[in-house]
Amino acid sequence: MNKVLMKGNEACAEAAIRSGCKSYFGYPITPQNEITAYMSKALPKIDGGVFVQAESEIGAIHMVYGCAGSGVRCMTSSSSPGISLKAEGISYLAGADLPCVIVNIQRGGPGLGTIQPSQADYFQATKAIGHGDLKIPTLAPNSVQEMVDMTVKAFEIAEKYRTPVMILADGLLGQMMEPVSFGNIKNNAEVYPYGANGHGGKRKKNITNSLYLDALVLEKCVNERFERYTKIVEAETDAEFDKDADIVVAAYGSTSRVVKSAVEMARAEGINAGVFRPKTLWPFPEKQLKEATKNAKAVLVSEMSMGQMIDDVKMALEFKLPVEFYGRQGGFVPNPVEIFKKIKELGGKY
Amino acid sequence: MSKAYEILTAGFGGQGVLFGAKMLAEIGLLDGKEVTWFPAYGPAMRGGTCNCSVVISDTPIGSPVVASPNLLIAMNGPSYDKFIGTVASGGKAFVDSTLANSDASASKPVDGVEVFNLPATQLALDNNLVGMANIIMLGKLIKETGFASAETVEKAMKLVTEGKEHLFDLNMKALKIGAEY
Repeated sequence: MNKVLMKGNEACAEAAIRSGCKSYFGYPITPQNEITAYMSKALPKIDGGVFVQAESEIGAIHMVYGCAGSGVRCMTSSSSPGISLKAEGISYLAGADLPCVIVNIQRGGPGLGTIQPSQADYFQATKAIGHGDLKIPTLAPNSVQEMVDMTVKAFEIAEKYRTPVMILADGLLGQMMEPVSFGNIKNNAEVYPYGANGHGGKRKKNITNSLYLDALVLEKCVNERFERYTKIVEAETDAEFDKDADIVVAAYGSTSRVVKSAVEMARAEGINAGVFRPKTLWPFPEKQLKEATKNAKAVLVSEMSMGQMIDDVKMALEFKLPVEFYGRQGGFVPNPVEIFKKIKELGGKY
Repeated sequence: MSKAYEILTAGFGGQGVLFGAKMLAEIGLLDGKEVTWFPAYGPAMRGGTCNCSVVISDTPIGSPVVASPNLLIAMNGPSYDKFIGTVASGGKAFVDSTLANSDASASKPVDGVEVFNLPATQLALDNNLVGMANIIMLGKLIKETGFASAETVEKAMKLVTEGKEHLFDLNMKALKIGAEY
């Protein structure tokens, strides 16, 4: 398969288009600008393609709400501060059971923070992406190739379960170039049968709504949604990991690559270390983590934050194993030697 | 190409630091290697100092951020000062001596680092190749490291100048000037 050098942002946009996404609504913010820029060039050339640079992130997510509501595959992207602005619209999309893909190329925060890479939006993505009882499947790529593969997957999950799906990447993945192949991405976009798109009285009305003032109706609606979430947990949870390690190092996204280098250094010194990498953050791969840590003495979690995924790791392990943390903040990507030193420390301690 | 390269290119924004790095990454890709290219994408661009990490390896690449390069291209004084001390022993550094004075700098390479000074910016001016000092530097690097075959280099240049075919010959000339200096 022919490979081309591409930035993660551009590869994500190209993958979306190839899978049949013709509608994009966004607002510029570093470090995700290449997605918006790529869409602005490519979509107007496609029959039926729609690109709108909205007046704000809030405008963009509500355009997605309208587009998905009319039954059409669509997406938006932003970076951390912009995702906060989209929170209201994401909650409405979840409340109306509408599929869409939202890409977050994370940067450091809080506030405007920095434009450099970060993983400090894990809590936001997996615990509180908007108000109300809701979850959104969250995929965590760690290479430019996965920016492609997971974009395709995100649309499939979104439409299969009628839910917004987030791709949680970061500035490093968005900005770096790697060889990438688009393989045989199928254009499998269809107009959703539940779209409110005008029908001239030929069928029953489709209604897009997230307001249920009758408690009985809302409760039923929320419960039905959580039944779908249970199916997502069963079918879509994904991780890759080494088996039988003494020291398990858990990390996702960019950090998992650095961790892999650090684990190789540790193994070269005779420490039986292994990597645990969630590919879905919600649902968090609890069973897979238990399997990966079956014979482990301790777990190290590494993130570009003060420690967020570490909570899910501790809960999945039911607080039975010592769990320590090594992270960098402010836009720093940890280097393998730093993490290797921490692995060595754990190796001596446990 | 047989060993793993961890390359850092650095200079002013506008000197083609990212483009030069992309050329090296394309060569790696054509040689069937694993490749990453990661730019400093901050306010460092456009007039400030700018740098780019390229890793080329036979095995999957962990961190794409190069902290201790085995090849450095320093296109100006501030880049030389900042990065020369980070080059790993056994590595090579290529310095644009028109804009960086390695003798006068307080920063020194560690033992075992080979430093090549060439006045790339001046050579570019003298040869009517303004803006191609970066490619002259590449020419020297490719020659001194046996980085890739002439055929692969030419193929990569075709790729990176796609859509701007008039630049192909000029870039090939710049590579030659660097290689022959």
